[in-house]
Amino acid sequence: MIRIKRAHVLLAALAAALCVPAAGVSSGNGLPTTIGKGEGQLNLVAWEGYTQPQWVKPFTKATGCKVNAKYAGSSDEMVTLMRSGGGSQYDMVSASGDASLRLIYGKDVQPVNVNLIPDWKNFIPALKSPPHNTVGGQHYGISLQWGPNTLLYNTKKVTPVPTSWSAIYSPRFKGKVTVPDNPIQIADAALYLSKSQPALGIKDPYELNQNQFNAAVALLKAQKPLIKKYWALASDEIDLFKNGDAIIGATWPYQTNTLIAAKVPVKDLIPKEGATGWADTWMLSAKAKHPNCAYMWLKWVSTPNVQAQQAIYFGETPANPKACPIMNQLAAGSAAQYHCGASAAYFRSIKFWKTPVADCGNGQKNCMDYTQWQQAWTQLKG
Amino acid sequence: MEQRSTRWALGSWTVLVILFLWLPLGLIMVYAFNNSNVQSWPIPGFTTHWFRVAWHASEVRTAIWLSVRAALLATGFALVLGSAAAFAIARFRFFGRETVSFLLVLPIALPGIITGMALNSFFVFNHISLSLTTIVIGHSTFCVVLVYNNALARLRRSSPSLLEASADLGADGWQTFRFVIWPIISTALVAGGLLAFALSFDEVVVTFFTAGAQNTLPLLILGYIRLGQQLPIVNAIASVMILLTVIPVALAQRLMRDTGVVARGTAK
Amino acid sequence: MSAINPELGAPDRPLRAARLRISGFFWRHRWAKAVLLLAPPLLAFGFVYLASLGALFISSFWTVDPFTTEIKHIWNIDNYRTIWDSGAYRSIALRTIGIAAAVTFTDALLAFPLGYFMARIASGRSRTFLFVAVLLPLWSSYLIRVYIWRLILNEDGVMNWTLGKVGLPHLHLAYTNWAVWIVFSYVWLPFMILPVFGALERVPHSLIEASRDLGAGGFQTFRRVVLPLALPGVIAGSIFTFSLTLGDYVTPLLAGGRPGTQFIGNVVYSSVGISNNVPFAAAFASIPLAVMAAYLLIARRLGAFEAM
Repeated sequence: MIRIKRAHVLLAALAAALCVPAAGVSSGNGLPTTIGKGEGQLNLVAWEGYTQPQWVKPFTKATGCKVNAKYAGSSDEMVTLMRSGGGSQYDMVSASGDASLRLIYGKDVQPVNVNLIPDWKNFIPALKSPPHNTVGGQHYGISLQWGPNTLLYNTKKVTPVPTSWSAIYSPRFKGKVTVPDNPIQIADAALYLSKSQPALGIKDPYELNQNQFNAAVALLKAQKPLIKKYWALASDEIDLFKNGDAIIGATWPYQTNTLIAAKVPVKDLIPKEGATGWADTWMLSAKAKHPNCAYMWLKWVSTPNVQAQQAIYFGETPANPKACPIMNQLAAGSAAQYHCGASAAYFRSIKFWKTPVADCGNGQKNCMDYTQWQQAWTQLKG
Repeated sequence: MEQRSTRWALGSWTVLVILFLWLPLGLIMVYAFNNSNVQSWPIPGFTTHWFRVAWHASEVRTAIWLSVRAALLATGFALVLGSAAAFAIARFRFFGRETVSFLLVLPIALPGIITGMALNSFFVFNHISLSLTTIVIGHSTFCVVLVYNNALARLRRSSPSLLEASADLGADGWQTFRFVIWPIISTALVAGGLLAFALSFDEVVVTFFTAGAQNTLPLLILGYIRLGQQLPIVNAIASVMILLTVIPVALAQRLMRDTGVVARGTAK
Repeated sequence: MSAINPELGAPDRPLRAARLRISGFFWRHRWAKAVLLLAPPLLAFGFVYLASLGALFISSFWTVDPFTTEIKHIWNIDNYRTIWDSGAYRSIALRTIGIAAAVTFTDALLAFPLGYFMARIASGRSRTFLFVAVLLPLWSSYLIRVYIWRLILNEDGVMNWTLGKVGLPHLHLAYTNWAVWIVFSYVWLPFMILPVFGALERVPHSLIEASRDLGAGGFQTFRRVVLPLALPGVIAGSIFTFSLTLGDYVTPLLAGGRPGTQFIGNVVYSSVGISNNVPFAAAFASIPLAVMAAYLLIARRLGAFEAM
């Protein structure tokens, strides 16, 4: 009976603390109207590469907020970290679309006042109030950057240049393939199947009924003999490609950039079937201890300069199109390389991460939910 | 005396095992000078740049200091609780004696992740925010048994009649402790304390669940390993740690050896 | 008597009188001393650790809401049924136990001759040197020691480079269960060497001499006198190597990763740290708990607790 009490107490406390419910209340109710004095510290949960000294040091110097970053390798880890210690351990999290809704509905994050972030008005329209971080008119964070999960290959050992995701499912590269150790990878398999086996009728790789789900899992099971290692940390994949253990695989652009800087002959691309991707939001913890520093950080990372730096470093696309000319100044041609200012059509072509739920959105409620994805992934890995 | 050939064979085996233990450590020290930030063989070039970076990085210093404090506190608790428990078990027969022994071993025998999860849930339930205190609580659970075992083993080997003799000679409890008990168990406590400190300083799994936003040295290293961008810093830190701890460990071994007199009264 | 120590005299000094009265009380009422000594550790321990363990395992009978991952207190044994029914979880559990046993055996094999040499053959100076050489690796970070093995076992790593130089074919051990076995054996080796060394050191020389006097040869003496006396030390060391392997997830994560290399610890970690499914993690964690409980009972029978 210990847990019952805990849940009730926590929910009651959170409900009291959060005077803004998740639907239909005018903004300004409980939201700050100015940014106060910095508290001197900021605890972040971030993807690897999101808190590099080149933009963190100037921030600390300007605001006096010392940044402590804890890295997470998957959205699930982020959700867990945000909930640890009763929810007040960390102030902010750079959640992707598949974690953000879970955090919102789990009441782990609080709404933010977008009027305090001047650069928010300049964001591309699709990322001002996207459904993955805006619920019922309330903004639960500020969009940050977005990008695709690409196909990484060793240019010397993989010829001709691959054009399809089938490359990571074919026995041609047996024992030299690597894919992320993340249940959301099932969506990548589903995306491939949506084009290679149209009879399955997969429209959205995150909304899979039992039949479609089984097909995706079967494809991943067939892929097992080809895999050298499921990479769990970004540095895993960097090691794999650097040391000759893998020559083709699925990646984030961060690894591509790091490998190229380490003079490994690799390139990445988006194959013809398209790609899954992620759109990240900096979200504010419901029980953040340092909200003023948090707002200062939101302001800072939305400025064109920082957006450009981060985009080039990680290999992603800024939400603020004013960063594009700066990107070209820092690294010629980088704006086009990372699709800065890309068309809305390109944006729509990326299947951004979102949490699989049973409600398929087409009236039916027979889609597989995330617990089933996670169980299936653990079991298929062996 | 063993045969010459036996001694020679055992000696060679010893050399091979020691080499096996130290080859990776040698690689760590060599790669602290790696001038590429990605680890690969053979080493592309050498630089001392990373030692300077590690020295100047404030997060490294903060993490080391946090680890030292946590280890000192946990070892302190372990020394007090462990010796108290060892004394009780060694000297008294009571119901549940074996159970107590078993329960004390549990934190080290059970996977760290179970201890970590359990403590994390406990702290969340009691609204205790994660901090140095929670780290120390987590570490103490498995440090106690290390001191307890050493102290217990030493007490078992010494004779209870020493205490009676001391009382017969008119000493009160405090004097008995100071002049009789303490010399017997002091080196066992040093040995146990040293092992407890090492374990606490290097612990990562339980700390991950009890540390919150701050980083101890192992958590910081885990972060660097995740990034994969500055691995030589980690190698540099490890190399310095190895070199710094040679002296204390050698001293500790000397200490333990010298007072074998009481323990090994029957051995020679 | 007071000449030996000036403090032992003048019982009419008030502080000393008080101390004597207290000591007398505790001498007469032994149980009070036991309680006083045992109370703090037991309370601290029982209250924090055991209570939280109990709560954890109670939660294994509950489930989580799949979307918000909040714990729902609906009593059921679904978690256990999932584990029992699934071939994958069974093989993960068996693999973990199997490799833990293999690591224990390997370390015992490596440690015993070393311990014997250190305890009975090495001179004082070399013994100190060997002791430091064995203990020092424990002071360098566990994470870094595991990570550096990737450099050795990689496709283009030290091992294959050396094999190539002597004309042998490359081995593809990276990220396989072989790699995990090697790395585990490496990191836990000092934990096995120390108890074995301690146990062998305590074998009285007089017993060996007596055995010789009775006509036993070197090997017989070893087999019938030394080995049984040293066995508790081996078992004590095996408790460390077995339990540390059984619960670890860091080494399989860093040194393993190939399909079919997950350990119990990885499943528990990915349930807790990644999908926040604490009830399932607790259910799965009951396996190492049961295995270790059985192991400890056997070890206690064999006298290992004396030798730790």
